[in-house]
Amino acid sequence: MQELLNIFVKSIFVENMIFAYFLGMCSYLAVSKTVKTGVGLGAAVIFVMAITVPANYLLENYVLQEGALAWLGPQFAAVDLSFLSFIIFIAVIASMVQLVEMAVEKFAPALYNSLGIFLPLIAVNCSILGGSLFMQERNYATILEASVFGFGSGIGWFLAIVAIAAIREKIRYSNVPAPLRGLGITFIVTGLMGIAFMSFMGIKL
Amino acid sequence: MAEEVLEKEAVEQEAKVTTKTREPLFSKRNRKLISDPFDDDNPITVQVLGICSALAITVKLYPAVVMAISVMFVLAAGNVIVSLMRNFIPNRIRIIVQLVVVAALVVLVDQVLKAFVYDVSKELSVFVGLIITNCIIMGRLEAFALGNKPWRSFLDGIGNAFGYGIILIIVAFFRELLGSGTLFGLQIIPDSWYIVNGGFYSNNGFMLLPPMALITVGIIIWVQRSRNTKLIEE
Repeated sequence: MQELLNIFVKSIFVENMIFAYFLGMCSYLAVSKTVKTGVGLGAAVIFVMAITVPANYLLENYVLQEGALAWLGPQFAAVDLSFLSFIIFIAVIASMVQLVEMAVEKFAPALYNSLGIFLPLIAVNCSILGGSLFMQERNYATILEASVFGFGSGIGWFLAIVAIAAIREKIRYSNVPAPLRGLGITFIVTGLMGIAFMSFMGIKL
Repeated sequence: MAEEVLEKEAVEQEAKVTTKTREPLFSKRNRKLISDPFDDDNPITVQVLGICSALAITVKLYPAVVMAISVMFVLAAGNVIVSLMRNFIPNRIRIIVQLVVVAALVVLVDQVLKAFVYDVSKELSVFVGLIITNCIIMGRLEAFALGNKPWRSFLDGIGNAFGYGIILIIVAFFRELLGSGTLFGLQIIPDSWYIVNGGFYSNNGFMLLPPMALITVGIIIWVQRSRNTKLIEE
């Protein structure tokens, strides 16, 4: 239990997808002009991340890893398909996003309309693929740990985009030097937020 | 009768081929494809693409150069392949088709890096895989390769990868120089300058931390836009 809590807090604050690894920066910069759209995209990222990381964990452990195919029969024990992992992971993510899109369109049309173009864009959000690749690199012991990591990373991304959107809404009224307006100041503010988030580094549960 | 029609068609086709003026390979329009992304249409500072995997690997110059070359290969080859297939891809599934093309190319790059420069590929860790979701690549495939001929797409890919690489290299240059006093791993700042040897200088360890990459890019944008005022927003 403590291990799970540790992974959860770490993935939200210490190893935040945006501030520690710069993953998903493109949509983070493009969609963070208002809080409303930021919340929509953030929620969709949490959802997709929480589904794809455990799904890819199962694939990694029962199909791709060296020796993972042993359950098929002893002659498959030496097969190592790990070079295929990029293609498989991205296929899972793309189809999952498509599924989520269809489900949301069917059961929550209001949410679907408010998310609009952002939903398909999630397929190319690097934080989603990054989540699966970090899961692969860090070798989580159980599927529960992988799910908690995926969910926590999604929440971390959500927090970051909502925070920067709120700051950008306010910054519109301040006197920023002309060449820095818009993109430049957003980069610098993100850097400062990153420094703030680094203060969580010492936390160990 | 049928033969006549066929003959007529053949003549028409021949006329088409001969009357169509062939554009020189490096016409002014094509040269612009390469030069634009350096400044006016830079993928990172103007189009806001591909920042994701760009910044984390700019602590040292060498991995940044390897990353820039890998992206150039994937972008140019992906652009050409998608441009060749552009008339056969159904619109609804184009994102998945593009992702598969890009993913296949990235697998190639990853295996080559693992085979020849293993330590760099370890240093780049997950970021080689993240070339797949690098928004520059998807962005250029969507915006350019789907509507243009292969040669022009190739030039566009090379141009954009250069624009991306140049930012990567500038950021990595400052971070490595100020952060560890080296360039490509060779010591630049003399030993006698350091405080431990009785000098006045010490490395700014802060430059090695992730947030400084963002702030460096912010400053590059600042410099670029105060020079090139038509890029200023609002």
